[in-house]
Amino acid sequence: MREFGYQRASDVAGAVALLGADPDARFLGGGTNLVDLMKTGVERPSRLVDVRELPLDRIESTQDGGLRIGATVTNSDLAAHAEVRRRYPALVQAVLAGASGQLRNMATVGGNLLQRTRCGYFGDVTKPCNKRVPGSGCPAIEGDHRNHAILGASRHCVAVHPSDMGVALTAFDAVISYETTEGSGELPLCDFYLPVGDTPHLETALPPGALITGVTLPSAPVAARSRYRKVRERASYAFAIGSIAAALDVRDGVVSDVRLAFGAVASRPWRARAAERALTGARADGESFAAAADAELAAAEPLIHNGYKVTLMRNLVVAVLSELLEEASR
Amino acid sequence: MTTTTGSTTATGSVGTAHTRVEGRDKVTGAARYAGDLPFSELAHGWLALSTVARGRIRSVESAAVLGMPGVLTVLHHQNAPRVDSDYIGVLGVPPDPTIALFQHDRVQHAGWPVALVVAETSEQAREAAEALVVHYEEEPHDVAFLGERPDANPLDTTEKGDLESELAASAVVVDAEYTTPEEHHNPMEPHAATARWEGGRLEVVDSNQGTTWVADELVKLFCLDPASVRVRSEHVGGGFGGKGVRAHQVAAVMAATVLQRPVRVVMTRRQMFSIAGYRSPTAQRIRLGADADGRLRALDHRSLNLTSTVYEFTEPCAGVGRVLYDADAHHTSNRVVRLDVPTPTWMRAPGEAPGSFALESALDELAEKCGIDPIALRARNEPERGPVSGLPFSSRRLLDCFREGARRFGWADRDPRPGLRRDGRWLLGTGTAASSFPAGAAPSTAAVTAQPDGTFTVRIAAADIGTGARTAITLVTADALEVAPDRVRVRIGDSDFGPAMIAGGSMGTRSWAWAVTTAARELRERLALDAGIPPEGLTVRSDTSEAIRALAHKERHSFGAQFAEVAVDVTTGEVRVRRMLGIFAAGRIVNPLTARNQLVGGMIWGISMALHEEAVRDQVSGGHAGADLAGYHVATHADVPLIEADWVDDPDPDDPVGIKGIGEIGIVGAAAAIANAVWHATGVRHRSLPIRPDRVLTAGEGARNV
Repeated sequence: MREFGYQRASDVAGAVALLGADPDARFLGGGTNLVDLMKTGVERPSRLVDVRELPLDRIESTQDGGLRIGATVTNSDLAAHAEVRRRYPALVQAVLAGASGQLRNMATVGGNLLQRTRCGYFGDVTKPCNKRVPGSGCPAIEGDHRNHAILGASRHCVAVHPSDMGVALTAFDAVISYETTEGSGELPLCDFYLPVGDTPHLETALPPGALITGVTLPSAPVAARSRYRKVRERASYAFAIGSIAAALDVRDGVVSDVRLAFGAVASRPWRARAAERALTGARADGESFAAAADAELAAAEPLIHNGYKVTLMRNLVVAVLSELLEEASR
Repeated sequence: MTTTTGSTTATGSVGTAHTRVEGRDKVTGAARYAGDLPFSELAHGWLALSTVARGRIRSVESAAVLGMPGVLTVLHHQNAPRVDSDYIGVLGVPPDPTIALFQHDRVQHAGWPVALVVAETSEQAREAAEALVVHYEEEPHDVAFLGERPDANPLDTTEKGDLESELAASAVVVDAEYTTPEEHHNPMEPHAATARWEGGRLEVVDSNQGTTWVADELVKLFCLDPASVRVRSEHVGGGFGGKGVRAHQVAAVMAATVLQRPVRVVMTRRQMFSIAGYRSPTAQRIRLGADADGRLRALDHRSLNLTSTVYEFTEPCAGVGRVLYDADAHHTSNRVVRLDVPTPTWMRAPGEAPGSFALESALDELAEKCGIDPIALRARNEPERGPVSGLPFSSRRLLDCFREGARRFGWADRDPRPGLRRDGRWLLGTGTAASSFPAGAAPSTAAVTAQPDGTFTVRIAAADIGTGARTAITLVTADALEVAPDRVRVRIGDSDFGPAMIAGGSMGTRSWAWAVTTAARELRERLALDAGIPPEGLTVRSDTSEAIRALAHKERHSFGAQFAEVAVDVTTGEVRVRRMLGIFAAGRIVNPLTARNQLVGGMIWGISMALHEEAVRDQVSGGHAGADLAGYHVATHADVPLIEADWVDDPDPDDPVGIKGIGEIGIVGAAAAIANAVWHATGVRHRSLPIRPDRVLTAGEGARNV
């Protein structure tokens, strides 16, 4: 292990100033991903700026009926918050589907969004990886890619984003707030992650040195009737092989509002807009749900060993929307 | 029929539940493991492993790292002490030549140890080892295990009867191929060893499954006087077959010899995936031919596993049918193919674990085709004598296990038709399978000392790898001495105590119990004759070599019946086990508490084997991509349902304590019971493990297309 510097920031401006323009310095939140990556040599920061004690640990209602979640709110606190549970149940289910109790007590909202892919090649410094070492190649395309992307990938990288929380946040149009030495800014989550293209090592649109300060969820009445379903190889403590955040409003048998986002299918949480368009105004029934899934998955480009994900996601769309429909009609 | 839980012997310690004698030390952290023990002047070695799968080392650029902070030396093939690996070890086999570290420039698999960097701290050694540049002359490698290969080498074959004509005469035939993946032991405690020279003796503090085993191998490797080597291993955080002689002990001894100070070498989890051994993937073809009533006319079990280019290791899957079922024509064979991979090794229930998955799945397919109950099919084919050996069984209560298991599991109410039961999105099914594992004993020595204060000390080079062996030996000794167990102190894990069986092959506790019983009974007799105990105590030693050699040849095995209920969501591919029951006939149970723990542990591993465990070898690099416990899944608590293990009374008539052995049998048949339950739930057979969601999803598509 290489020696590294450690500094603890007490306010946002101080944290941003401490990081400065040093490209080898990193903000440290819960450390549940960064520290692992430091152990395996994937990350070798010169300095860590600990932001865990910043006053960003609050969850507050916004004037328009949404919520603003501080960046250092832990996953556990987020999932336990009464207003989050009432207004965005899929977000709670997503958070609780991730990691373990111990990890959720440490992990933070800001860090969750910035966690790195669990692609085995990315996590092994003895292997090539375009995300870790640009231009070195992507062995997953010919190798072990059973859990890799079917949507939005490129021939340079087929890794998936591992977050569960991010899938629900994407479905509900979350907006990321950040701070730099130049001032503060905002990014809608749908623009937060960059397309893979030929630059898989560039993952987010955050300016250099930016610190995520919070996530704002706009008011979304449909989200009160939402759910998150995660499919994984074992019952706990595993990343998704496919997941879905869904919300559904039905009036007179017709879909009046719907939100759909997929996890573990792309380099970012995947908002299924084609499916949403197909569904809005359509009859709320299994046939429409399947047609909507097909509309979204028409763009899928599975590899040799991950074509099952197309079937899986189609089944999940139908199953979870059908469950929401049944709940609504009760 | 009797079941013995809580009702074994009327008096005595054996058969009564006892918590582990070292349990308090373990839960309070007072127990020191091999990597924890402090030594003054301790240096730390870190292994550097090859990044190529085959080739030659052109150069090891050690000069650059010798200047790094704290670095003391870099050992590699050009400067390491020479060793001699041309010998036969105490287990009767030559060593895997890969333990002869740094002796030549060949690289034989990805993750081959190429250097040891030693530094003042573990962090410094790791940093330097990871910075060490090694240049290779890379050669093309072959790591593809694809089932049938013309270059597979047949070994270990048994043949009886005319297979083809019996198959032709059979009313019902099952002909299927089953595969199991590469699996790793992954004990919680990684391998760790500290070596030091002290007063002319080499002392190694290690985490292993047999101190005299490791000591003997080090003596031979380094050409030392046997009396000058001592290996200790007091607490071991799991072994499962993977903790024998490995690169870490050899590297630590080399460095301690070169530097003349204590050196510790610890493996990382990732390193364990290439240098700690593993279970080979298997491809098994089974052909069963039967009369319409299920009586077997033909049984053919051919298994293929891989091994390294330098050592022949067989995963003897085909052996399970040599015990379980007879047939007019009975053929079994194990074959190996040599690839550019690390040498596999024993892993819990070697042979029987993957072999029973194939054979017991095939039996279930035969039951389905014959239209008879799977338990009735097994009863119909219950052999009188060993199907291949013709020898009598020492005892065989397999059908009693099935009867008791069926009663408790509610098997009689089972509708055999698949795909009928539903609970919401889940399809439900139940399955069963037989299990067996050889019961044996190996020569061991022990010493039991009576102290003047009325207490007793046992010394035996046994290993407690988490099984509760230390406690079992305490109970057995107490009964042999006819004293309370709190008067008996057991010392184990020290090669200075003399030769003893390793913790392996389900033979440890039986072998050690025999030796301590022999010594303790003699001590009790002597004490009865002679009133005085001298101040230094009265010690009796035993050696069971003669007694064990005199054992009559018989088929000696533990048996069991496994039951599982699963839930399958065919729209997502998820498979979850809802409950399991295992009933075993496995000799006299010494400590019901730890025995149940061990049997349940094996069954849980069966869940992992059936549904989760798989190390995917990357064909391009020849190694694994990011091998760790995040990628290599084992069952979590949430995957482990209501699970119950119990036993029928089955004392071994030829063992002084009646023990058979329970270390392996818990996992045998467990994966087959789960796979058979998945069929019962869905109507789809899964012949490849693990039964992953993608396999369930794609198999479902195939089934719908038919």
